[in-house]
Amino acid sequence: MLYSEQKPFEELRGYFKGESSLFIVGCKGCAEGCQSGGEAQVKEIKDRLEKEGKKVTGFTVIDMVCDHHLSRLKLAAHQKAVSEADSILVMTCGAGIQTIAELADRIVHPGCNTISMGGAHAEWKEAERCLECGDCLLEFTGGICPIARCSKHLLNGPCGGSKNGKCEVSADIPCAWQLIVERLTALGQLSRLEKIVPPKNWSVSLIAGRPVKRN
Amino acid sequence: MKAGTNLEKVLESGAFAVTTEVGPAKGPLASVIEKKGEMLKPYCDAINVTDNQSAVVRMSSWSSCVLLKRLGVDPVMQIVVRDRNRLAIQSDVLGAVALGIQNILCLSGDHQSIGNHPQAKGVYDIDSIQLIQMLKNMRDERKFQCGEEIAGEMPLFIGAAANPFASPSEYRLLRLAKKVKAGADFIQTQAIFDVAKFARWMESVRERGLDKQVHILAGVIPVKSVGMARYMKDKVAGIYIPDGFITRLEGAKSAKEEGAKICLETVEQLKGIKGVHGIHIMAVAWEEVVPGIVEGAKLLPRPAL
Repeated sequence: MLYSEQKPFEELRGYFKGESSLFIVGCKGCAEGCQSGGEAQVKEIKDRLEKEGKKVTGFTVIDMVCDHHLSRLKLAAHQKAVSEADSILVMTCGAGIQTIAELADRIVHPGCNTISMGGAHAEWKEAERCLECGDCLLEFTGGICPIARCSKHLLNGPCGGSKNGKCEVSADIPCAWQLIVERLTALGQLSRLEKIVPPKNWSVSLIAGRPVKRN
Repeated sequence: MKAGTNLEKVLESGAFAVTTEVGPAKGPLASVIEKKGEMLKPYCDAINVTDNQSAVVRMSSWSSCVLLKRLGVDPVMQIVVRDRNRLAIQSDVLGAVALGIQNILCLSGDHQSIGNHPQAKGVYDIDSIQLIQMLKNMRDERKFQCGEEIAGEMPLFIGAAANPFASPSEYRLLRLAKKVKAGADFIQTQAIFDVAKFARWMESVRERGLDKQVHILAGVIPVKSVGMARYMKDKVAGIYIPDGFITRLEGAKSAKEEGAKICLETVEQLKGIKGVHGIHIMAVAWEEVVPGIVEGAKLLPRPAL
């Protein structure tokens, strides 16, 4: 599931300057799962915005906003309310926000920040595991990804800033290379790290390359 | 000779080398580098110029190296992979060689979040080991990273850093070997405050025969105040200061004098460790202390080759 967090209200307030009405879209999928944009959160934001004098023309909580077909049907069902609104507030991950932006002829405001693509397990909430680099190198690192988990994306790490198993950026961040060394050592496979991993092909990744055509 | 720089000549001759380091100003101030260069020139074989050290923007390493070159100093250009992608790095290195700057130290770079522009996008297109290998191929194969031929020779003397004290400690030796394999010609270590621990590490380095494949220069930092010691202990990545060190500075009449004394003692001990081919003095904002240390350690005059 994509893990998202609501943007701070002060930031949202700024988005609605000069607007008087809006329509709200929430999601019963990931956003409800992380309580950033489910039905309860949509209603809360509606109340807050109405207290600030904004008119909420309507709202809908779609099963999975990122499902284009579903979102198109739902927006059509609320066509009148959407047409009476100056803009649409979408309280979902980046994929959902962009879906609504494609379908509606209104300005779309992002209500949430997409924090991580973390897995279904709660423990994966704190750490991004996969950044969709398009050229998986887990083969060389004992199954721990340094693109996602090393602050410097090192492929031949660690750097000299690794201290007591923590990243120099913050003691909250484990040094990914410490983890890699530990895991490979436990497997008796530390010698895998003797191979020099060559410069990465970033052109197939979404982070630093062009948009990739996927089938 | 790979590049024929003064640093390479001194190391290859078997003499004990001395390198120092200067940090450029946070402004377009040529005079800052020139003054430091002039002062340090007689006391070392080459001078490193840092590259946006601690992720704080300063005048660039390459431009400062040009200024040093004009003074007749052999510069060591530091390159961090945090700020430049492989295109910019290769481009800068072509220019460096054209300008006679041929010692290059390959580093990861402190993360941008700890510097003065924490919102910047860190580049990290390649890492420091890939950088070493890329420079080696530019020099020995005369090829760019993409495989195309370079129009000209690339005599480079390639350096890398080593931190015997960072974690995971059991892996640091393997990493040194990896850098040597990638093409490092010389190593400058991070500052040493625990000589005994460093000596043990050098034993394992010698066991692997690495001291015969690469020139290792042991790093030292003269510390001038208790505040500085504490700051480095807590805030600077990669530096390990034992508590006894701070206690000794606190107990001294003049922390500055004691700090210089400790540095001299450290240098003298390091000179005696087999496999150590030189020292790298990182006198951060205290370049004036270098002449006394070099002289006190009987490392004058520097070889004129």
